[in-house]
Amino acid sequence: MPGATLRIWRGDKDGGDFFEYRSDYEDGMVVLDVVHKVQAEQANDLAVRWNCKAGKCGSCSAEINGTPRLMCMTRMDTLPTDRPITVEPMQAFPVIRDLVTDVSWNYRVKRQIKPFAPRKPDAPDGTWRMQQADVERVQEFRKCIECFLCQDVCHVLRDHHKHEEFIGPRFFVYSAALEMHPLDTADRLADLKQAGSIGYCNITKCCTKVCPEHIHITDNAIIPLKERVVDEYYDPLKKLVRLFIPRRAER
Amino acid sequence: MADGVVPLKLRPRRGFLQTMRTDAWWIGPLLTILGFGAFLVWANVRVFENDHYYSGHGGFNLATNYLTPFYSPLLFDVAEKAFPSGHAILSEKPGFLPGFVSAAALILIFPAGFRFTCYYYRGAYYKAFWGDPANCAVGEPRSGYLGERTLPLVLQNIHRYFLYAALIFILILSWDVLTAFKFYEVDQVTGRRTGAWRVGIGVGTVLMAVNVVLIAMYTLGCHSLRHLVGGKRDCISDKPLSAKMYNCVTCLNNRHMLWAWCSLLSVGFTDIYVWKLARGEWMDYFFTF
Repeated sequence: MPGATLRIWRGDKDGGDFFEYRSDYEDGMVVLDVVHKVQAEQANDLAVRWNCKAGKCGSCSAEINGTPRLMCMTRMDTLPTDRPITVEPMQAFPVIRDLVTDVSWNYRVKRQIKPFAPRKPDAPDGTWRMQQADVERVQEFRKCIECFLCQDVCHVLRDHHKHEEFIGPRFFVYSAALEMHPLDTADRLADLKQAGSIGYCNITKCCTKVCPEHIHITDNAIIPLKERVVDEYYDPLKKLVRLFIPRRAER
Repeated sequence: MADGVVPLKLRPRRGFLQTMRTDAWWIGPLLTILGFGAFLVWANVRVFENDHYYSGHGGFNLATNYLTPFYSPLLFDVAEKAFPSGHAILSEKPGFLPGFVSAAALILIFPAGFRFTCYYYRGAYYKAFWGDPANCAVGEPRSGYLGERTLPLVLQNIHRYFLYAALIFILILSWDVLTAFKFYEVDQVTGRRTGAWRVGIGVGTVLMAVNVVLIAMYTLGCHSLRHLVGGKRDCISDKPLSAKMYNCVTCLNNRHMLWAWCSLLSVGFTDIYVWKLARGEWMDYFFTF
């Protein structure tokens, strides 16, 4: 049975350090399995959040060898075991304990985004009609499992701690899902520009790279929203056109 | 987004280039520095050289008619040239321009601006040249950050205007490819080309054609174009032409990085090829019909 050394960050909001645990693992095991094995055999008080173990609940987000990933979707045989594997909590959120972070900031941000505001129903029975081609684009965004790995890797939050000014890639995806929806009538562009600070995004595509659902966050959500903001605020020709054609009519 | 609670207590940020990543994260930014840096240096050399932009100086019985993409559209010929290239729009350089300003310096702002403000290149050079961040989950050199919200980087939002120019450049470069099928007869006494020409294909013709195709693939996959042809609409199903264009641009956009680098390399190599021909150091292989 092969073995590996896990360097697991342990501590709380006041600080902590890495501790090494040597453990065996079997073929097919993921990092979360080995963390659980360490928890069962060597460190009963090790805190780790998990739920589905199938990459769908977004609970076990952490940083494995420095890269934000889901522990349950990272197979041990994809990692080099000739040196210790580091496992640490997400950098962009406050640590509660060990590998568990407090991601409640994300829920507070989400509450501040204008909710879905559909147009009047198309049919007398209160239902709408829309084409698959129109709704297809936003369906990609509905795959998000809210693991917040994209938020964690975004340097605006991770390194610059702009949590008070910037909503992060997860909520650009969320906003895009609403803003581009064929039935939606709300206008979120002013919020995206000001309160959401979409201008802070400098298109590193790190969010796209770490997304476990392979959502094209940058190309399909953030850049299209940036372009809509350009339409509204930075394009003088567009402003001229807008004198004659209101935005809603154009869309 | 301010949420009215006390600031989050986060673990200290890592220092410049500090990371727990164990992969070779530095290769991408290094390749960008080398590739983009080499292109920038070479482009500047060529802009200020103000010569060897046209390969039509014969010596054999037929002369090629290649114009380097760096000088296209050619606004004016270099005054000291023994004979005009035949590509110049103006008969001579306007007198008000300083001596060091070449024809290339006046037109390269458009393709250069298009690439400089391109969404792909922005992400790449912010990482490689500015370390903002050096790569994903790698520490940064500065704690302050303004992003593209304020001057000067808010000006990146003019990308679509450079796109309009870049679309025109595709047409101009396509015209250059057509003229590259012309091979002029050379007067054996004077060594200068005559007005007579034949249709043919040379290595330079092929290079210029490949170059314009790659530039078109890059330009037509632009994120701003994707927005303008259909991305700005929430409902596209009732506009079939818009939907078709959106899907085509999206298809190219999926490989935008690939087209960006391939077209950059092809522009550079086509220029070097014409430069070498113009200096008489390389000889073009061609045949005429």
